Amino acid sequence: MSARRIFTRPARIAAVAPYLWMSLFFLVPFVFVLKISLSQTAIAQPPYLPVFDLASGWQALVAAFSALSFDNFRLLASDQLYIQSGLRSLTVAITATAMLLLIGYPIAYAMARLPRRWQPVAMMLVIVPFWTSFLIRVYAWINILQHDGLLNKILLALHIVSTPVVWLSTDTAMYLGLVYSYLPFMILPLYATLAKIDPALLEASADLGSSPLQSFWLITVPLSLPGVGAGVLLCFIPIVGEFVIPDLLAGSDALMIGQTLWLEFFTNRDWPVASATAVLLLVILLLPLLIYDRFQRRQMGRA
Amino acid sequence: MNARPLAQMSRFNIATLAMGLAFLYLPIVVLVIYSFNASQLVTVWGGWSLRWYQSFFNDQAMLAAAAMSLRVAAVSATLATVLGTLAAVALTRGERFKGRTLFSGMLYAPLVMPEVITGLSLLLLFVALGAERGFWTVTIAHTTLTMCFVTVIVQSRLGGLDRSLEEAAMDLGCNPVRAFVAVTLPLIAPAIAAGWMLAFTLSLDDLVIASFTTGPGSATLPIRIYSEVRLGVKPEINAICSLIVGSIAILIVAASLASKLSSGRGQNAAPM
Repeated sequence: MSARRIFTRPARIAAVAPYLWMSLFFLVPFVFVLKISLSQTAIAQPPYLPVFDLASGWQALVAAFSALSFDNFRLLASDQLYIQSGLRSLTVAITATAMLLLIGYPIAYAMARLPRRWQPVAMMLVIVPFWTSFLIRVYAWINILQHDGLLNKILLALHIVSTPVVWLSTDTAMYLGLVYSYLPFMILPLYATLAKIDPALLEASADLGSSPLQSFWLITVPLSLPGVGAGVLLCFIPIVGEFVIPDLLAGSDALMIGQTLWLEFFTNRDWPVASATAVLLLVILLLPLLIYDRFQRRQMGRA
Repeated sequence: MNARPLAQMSRFNIATLAMGLAFLYLPIVVLVIYSFNASQLVTVWGGWSLRWYQSFFNDQAMLAAAAMSLRVAAVSATLATVLGTLAAVALTRGERFKGRTLFSGMLYAPLVMPEVITGLSLLLLFVALGAERGFWTVTIAHTTLTMCFVTVIVQSRLGGLDRSLEEAAMDLGCNPVRAFVAVTLPLIAPAIAAGWMLAFTLSLDDLVIASFTTGPGSATLPIRIYSEVRLGVKPEINAICSLIVGSIAILIVAASLASKLSSGRGQNAAPM
């Protein structure tokens, strides 16, 4: 027991460097996002007003503070573009996450059913694509989906279609890209909970007269819910803010909120509106996190 | 008890697994095959050739971007490994300290935070600090993101270790730091190595955060690839992507061999 106390102090010292780093480069930047979301666009360097300058004295600081306003958020609320991109992000993320769950669950289930010594191999095979570049994986699909790409060639050769189908710049291509890129994030947490389920429970349920399907619904599915929650969250949150996949695979008529932010920042050079969009995106993301937190608390309370 | 012969796995399960893995791997295989295509048209097969690799190695702008990416990845992965390992030690060994919840929150949030937010917020910080944008700003941004992944990997390994080994070393007269370095560090070395590699590949891969935090004239490889891809598929991009996939595959094989060699000493292999 006393040994444990000695452990603690070096551990606390170990926390100092990462603590400072994350505070400076993760926490503090949000203060800037918030501040600039309340600023005005200016043709200047940096392109926003007011600029806080501690050297210019108290009066100037007060003046700068009173110049902050909610105008950008009023713009977000009144302009259809932002509302629609927010709604589209939510729709796309919900649809894609549902597809991921439907596809990922059977794969994770099959992995958990493999003989023990094969399971790490299967896990490795699922993880490896996650290590190869995100951009490359999206690009690989452009190769396949383009007008005279492999998919159209195969479909034409099999006489399933008579003229090449337009795949690129459609929502179909975007969903394909999303499911492809996020599949490992869904499979791994699901597999982790499914592999932990004691097979004796299923045997007991079978002994008591359940059909395999009944056992699956009554035992496997409820026990795997924590993995479902983790997988859904791991996919849903980044997909809401996704930029690369919709930008390269979907059409340009409907934008997701990450694309709107990108457009405001890089094309319109409107940093304050981009920051306000970031704040909006954060608020959208807070909701599922709170739901998940409550869900987990309830689970813990039950245990 | 759990071991079932493969024959007992239902056909449905085997088919699902096979289709899932095929879905994950086929696009990459197609990409690699087409990178050896001799034809100028990306979609017409013109026989095997290395000409697109040649044209990559003659493309000065692309090579400069690749060099920039490799430098950023090496430096940021090393920083992230040091910081992430320290954070993992603090989280598993420090029982309770002030701000522990905030600390773990800050370490887990970037894992799911949309990259556009991380990128934008870091850029605004750098601008407010008056930092010149380029190599170091991208490196700092990547370190911030990837150290969280290192923390998760090292933490899961540390959590599974038997603490009595460390305690025994201290009973034999080691101070806690020495016991950690002599006993624990060699045991978690595979996880640290895996963490470094993951940080390296994540940094090499990142487009969004790098786009926000880099300055004029210092584009990374993904930024170059992205601007080319937006203009359409080019055979040269196939070659570059295949080179990246190939080097990552070599890294992974090397890592799994290394962890296999060292797993004789540890209890179980690193989770990744």
